Amino acid sequence: MRVMVFVKASPESEAGVMPSEELLNAMGDYNEELVKAGIMLAGDGLKPSSAGARVHFSGKSRTVIDGPFAETKELVAGYWLWQVRSMDEAIEWVKRCPNPMMSDSDIEIRPVFEPEDFGAEFTPERREQEERLRASIASQQA
Amino acid sequence: MSGDASSSTHRAVEAVWRIEAPRLIATLARMTGDVGTAEDLAQDALVAALEQWPTSGIPDRPGAWLTAAAKRRAIDAFRRERMLEEKHATLAHELTERGEHALTALDESIDDDIGDDLLRLVFIACHPLLSREARVALTLRLLGGLTTDEIARAFLVPEATVAQRIVRAKRTLAAARVPFEVPRGAELAERLASVLEVIYLVFNEGYAATAGDAWIRPALSEEALRLARIVATLMPDESEVHALVALLELQASRFPARVDAQGAPVLLLDQNRARWDRLLIQRGLAALARAESLAERAHHPLGPYALQAAIAACHARARVASDTDWARIAALYDALGEITPSPVVELNRAVAVAMAFGPAAGLEIVDALRAEPALAGYHLLPSVRADLLARLGRGAEARAELERAAALTRNERERALLQARAATLGRAGES
Repeated sequence: MRVMVFVKASPESEAGVMPSEELLNAMGDYNEELVKAGIMLAGDGLKPSSAGARVHFSGKSRTVIDGPFAETKELVAGYWLWQVRSMDEAIEWVKRCPNPMMSDSDIEIRPVFEPEDFGAEFTPERREQEERLRASIASQQA
Repeated sequence: MSGDASSSTHRAVEAVWRIEAPRLIATLARMTGDVGTAEDLAQDALVAALEQWPTSGIPDRPGAWLTAAAKRRAIDAFRRERMLEEKHATLAHELTERGEHALTALDESIDDDIGDDLLRLVFIACHPLLSREARVALTLRLLGGLTTDEIARAFLVPEATVAQRIVRAKRTLAAARVPFEVPRGAELAERLASVLEVIYLVFNEGYAATAGDAWIRPALSEEALRLARIVATLMPDESEVHALVALLELQASRFPARVDAQGAPVLLLDQNRARWDRLLIQRGLAALARAESLAERAHHPLGPYALQAAIAACHARARVASDTDWARIAALYDALGEITPSPVVELNRAVAVAMAFGPAAGLEIVDALRAEPALAGYHLLPSVRADLLARLGRGAEARAELERAAALTRNERERALLQARAATLGRAGES
């Protein structure tokens, strides 16, 4: 299974304070562990929300709102994408992460939807795929 | 402690175990010189953790805790051995010395160079002395942290059979006094080939879904991919290791598109490529580039995994099936056939040649394969031949080949599909 691991923002990350050399080294070592364990698929740090933007959807209207955004603890400062065997394994790996921020902070783990999560439900997309398949088999036979 | 809390601790212990077990077993195997003893000691440490952690809480450094617990048991075992077997006192003493020396060294560098031990463990689990089944079971058990029961369910064999395989494998390794080391020189190539083969077998078992519980099969492929990535970090200069990673990443990228809603397989060229996993494709292409540049730097030709990965990359790079570079695929199969001659490779080459240069060119290769005894019962030979004959307008011959293919396949769905195609050709011929 895959999980997306979100490093939540803190006042200092939102203020654009760069991590200390010590933290960078510790994070570098941690990332190396993740790669050595074969679980790391991707990951990056994000600039503060002051560099970002939001697009608000309401019916047909699209409103652009420039950062920064207020709710610091809900913002994302970085992410990883991991391939793990269970949520428990992901939690164990997160517990081994060095403190990502100088102040108290959170890391949130969210499992990614896998094809089997959709079960036997025949989604429109699948139905379309099925129809395309039938058409292509028919054309091979023709 | 409430039932919920203790079951969540239990799950946490299992998660820690899966993360730590390979390194723990590897370290203990170096200390004791025996994989079986190492695993027993590691299991004892797990039992201790399951007993103690629910009340004491999970320690800050669970890996170090498990290692320390296993070490204590190792020393006890050495002493017991020395006491029980008087006549082997000297040997036991040496073992104790060796063990204690290793323990001291371990204390000094608990997390350093664990990689070397892990690599030794990979090589011993995949030792050519062992049968293929034993290699696969031992690898999943020691390096994947899978239980005997999980391995049994994945391969649809009784748990006792898997347990027996593992016990016998450990005994074989001990009896042969196989040294716990990474092979060097000429031996390395052969031993590495076995490691890569085991990982590929595990991946294919998940990929091909020939047997076992549905839920565990994708897990098996993921496990193989994880193992391949681990070996690649342990042997960063080996072209074929990166090539295997590339091949697996590229094949795994098609997982979301390879079965339809009914679970029936969708052929590569019919797959909805929008469903292919772009991240895995990107990782696969990067690993292939690494494999190719390592081979070039060493002035080696591409190995069998690099060639297969390069073929997979041709498909991955084509946004639509009609963009596929079939001429290059045909050339790659040609090169693959040079180093690993096989009628199956030749049949694949025939398909690529037909796609690149027309059905007549492909049919020529397929016809030459009809005398091949290895393909006598292989349904894909008449099936491919039927396709080519149909494209050449030889409908009646094509139908006969499809019927032959239908009689040979053991897969019900495939048989139905082949019969349906034969029937359509029949009608086309009559009208």
